[in-house]
Amino acid sequence: MDNERIDQIIDKHHNEASSLIQVLLEIQSDHHWLSKEAIERVAEKLQVPLTRIQHIATFYKAFSLVPKGRHEVHICMGTACHVRGASRVLDAVQDVIGIKPGETDLDLKFSLETVNCLGCCALGPVLEIDGKTHGKATPGQMAEVLKNYE
Amino acid sequence: MNRINSPTELEEVRKQILSTRDPNKPCITLCAGSACHASGSKEVGIAIEEEIIKQGLSDAVDIRKTGCHGYCERGPIIVINPEKICYFQIKPEDVPEIISQTIKEKKVVERLLYVDPNTNEKIVHEHDIPFYKYQERIVFGSNSSVDPKSIEDYLAIGGYAALGKIFSSMSADQVLDEVKKANLRGRGGGGFPAGTKWEGSRNAPEPIKYVIVNADEGDPGAYMDRSLLEGNPHAVLEGLTIGAYAIGAHEGYIYVRQEYPLAVENVFTAIRQAEECGLLGKNILGSGYDFIVKVHQGAGAFVCGESTALMTALEGRAGEPRPKYVRSNVVGLWSRPSVLNNVETWANVPLIINKGADWFTKIGTETSKGTKIFSLVGKITNTGLVEVPMGTPLKDIIFKIGGGIPGGKKFKAVQTGGPSGGCIPENQLDLPVGFDELTKAGSMMGSGGMIVMDEDTCMVDVARYFLDFLTDESCGKCVPCREGMRQMLKLLTNITKGKGKEGDIELLEALSETAIEAALCALGKSSPNPFLSTLKYFRDEYEAHVKEKRCPALSCKELINFYIDPTKCSACTTCARKCPSDAIIGGKNKIHIVDQEKCTKCGTCFEVCPPKFRAITKISGVPVPPPIPEEQRTIVRGGKKDE
Repeated sequence: MDNERIDQIIDKHHNEASSLIQVLLEIQSDHHWLSKEAIERVAEKLQVPLTRIQHIATFYKAFSLVPKGRHEVHICMGTACHVRGASRVLDAVQDVIGIKPGETDLDLKFSLETVNCLGCCALGPVLEIDGKTHGKATPGQMAEVLKNYE
Repeated sequence: MNRINSPTELEEVRKQILSTRDPNKPCITLCAGSACHASGSKEVGIAIEEEIIKQGLSDAVDIRKTGCHGYCERGPIIVINPEKICYFQIKPEDVPEIISQTIKEKKVVERLLYVDPNTNEKIVHEHDIPFYKYQERIVFGSNSSVDPKSIEDYLAIGGYAALGKIFSSMSADQVLDEVKKANLRGRGGGGFPAGTKWEGSRNAPEPIKYVIVNADEGDPGAYMDRSLLEGNPHAVLEGLTIGAYAIGAHEGYIYVRQEYPLAVENVFTAIRQAEECGLLGKNILGSGYDFIVKVHQGAGAFVCGESTALMTALEGRAGEPRPKYVRSNVVGLWSRPSVLNNVETWANVPLIINKGADWFTKIGTETSKGTKIFSLVGKITNTGLVEVPMGTPLKDIIFKIGGGIPGGKKFKAVQTGGPSGGCIPENQLDLPVGFDELTKAGSMMGSGGMIVMDEDTCMVDVARYFLDFLTDESCGKCVPCREGMRQMLKLLTNITKGKGKEGDIELLEALSETAIEAALCALGKSSPNPFLSTLKYFRDEYEAHVKEKRCPALSCKELINFYIDPTKCSACTTCARKCPSDAIIGGKNKIHIVDQEKCTKCGTCFEVCPPKFRAITKISGVPVPPPIPEEQRTIVRGGKKDE
């Protein structure tokens, strides 16, 4: 991500240090991770210490300090999905893509995360791939779906 | 839309909007909330638009894409007005028939109707369906009649009338008194009286004050705030503006999770529209009162739902709570008086102003007034959002509205109040829902999550699940929460794995006591609740796990074995073919055996065994019977002895 784009985002938030989280969220959503360079640029422009950005980037779940895969898989582990067997879906997905929650594979193909409630409890267990929601997921069916991703 | 300069002008604009709308013109209302969206309502919407053009009805029919109707189990949902004909689980291929039959010919499409599972009767109208019939949807009901992206729709149903009323005839004190008289209690968890909170801020000496919407709905299994904000954002904005006027704030914030993209989008749209119309911003409705609203997106931290943590996050820092020696309504955001209420609480405010505190206090119980929206999820037939008056017995919510437990299973418990809440067993189902009633039963109201569990749910595992969630979400600032919960989780995990020891339960109780006494914020203080309430009502399950290494619900993986009953197995080979770990020994005409060494206990065989055989059982606490000898495994079938 180039500095110009980062500056644009910061300008949009009027250079206010209180908008730090909003700025980081936009960088994250544009770029899918927060690179060292990006963080340094934000620290310099908003005049906040790097340690504080590091604190925020590790405190909140939305941020990643490592590059993410091309496809982001989110498995809902909310209560409703849990009682309907989400952990079995998670087991199956882990087997297919070969990584654990929080990890990204070496080819940068998939990143796997567990989330606590996507709010589609009627459709549980729910799994989200690149923002597309798959409801009433079964282990076998999800393994098939994931095989179609390049 | 043009700027509206006075309450009188507001009423004129409303009249003008209504005059252009024919109440008898057919209108197809399609639920486009998140759950219906995930079930394909977007495709249905496109199909409707295309079909209407194709059948030449563009001028004769209106289409309205609304927020969540609540009955998420049956999405995508279509309601056809003015007749209020309800169709469920619509697919794009159903659309041509709906348009040609129901819109053109005024005939009902029978096959798309709701069928009452008890009477097998087909039900045409929304208000006759049991799921809706027993609800009282004063807050949530508007969702199905407004397009959240249209301020005209909100004005058409009487929106912003409360705002007009306060600016034309009420002083800030009168507004405050009305809310106090209504005894509106916070819907986010604590149940603190909103009026008292507002009064504290109003009386605080600091002149700059804030009002904040807490839309950081983090409780897993709860999504009513999202649905309200997505489906009717103007109602929340109106409530917030009224609150700002009552306490004298000129700046407000909406803290909304970025995991709710549709809510974020609709809130931004609503703010822009309200500003254009002069219902927000400078000189609202010509009254001289200024109020602006900013949106802050939460970056994913459960603890930020806690008031002080949320305010720290708004300041652009890591959302950690602080001790509340002084309440945040006096020293809050940027150390100034700040009133924080959740989405549902704010959405109740316009109703109270419009209809009066006397009307509001007629609904509910002695100490809990009004209605509450619950998200009814888990092992329940009708999953969705339900709004009922406070005081409704749990039994009515679960069985009358929720339709009971699917699959002929037995009800075991209902978990209310989110991760910090508790479980309520069957013998307490007559309990009326209310803040104090639920607390007395060892649970709490929380934000309104209601997770139903059946006989297959292990209560020890449920406690472990919530502790796992809370340990993960603990911010780590105070020791009792950070370290105590970690130890509790370790003990509970051991118990569910059959490694529990005598004395573990007592140790868990001691750790709970410490957390309740010494943790800094509500997250830590209430973290032992899931354990304590399940222990209170299901102690026998804990003891079975510890003493007999048995899981009575047959759910804890480490404590169960899968076993094929040789007298029932008919050698259909289904399980052997589906087993992902080749752990089933069998063959044509041979009774199948589970190889316990290879079995990963995934449960696939249990699910695929045809119901007419039901040969696979789960056993726990007793040794697996030895497999029958090889020579006895052959099944001799009648009439096929030659094979």
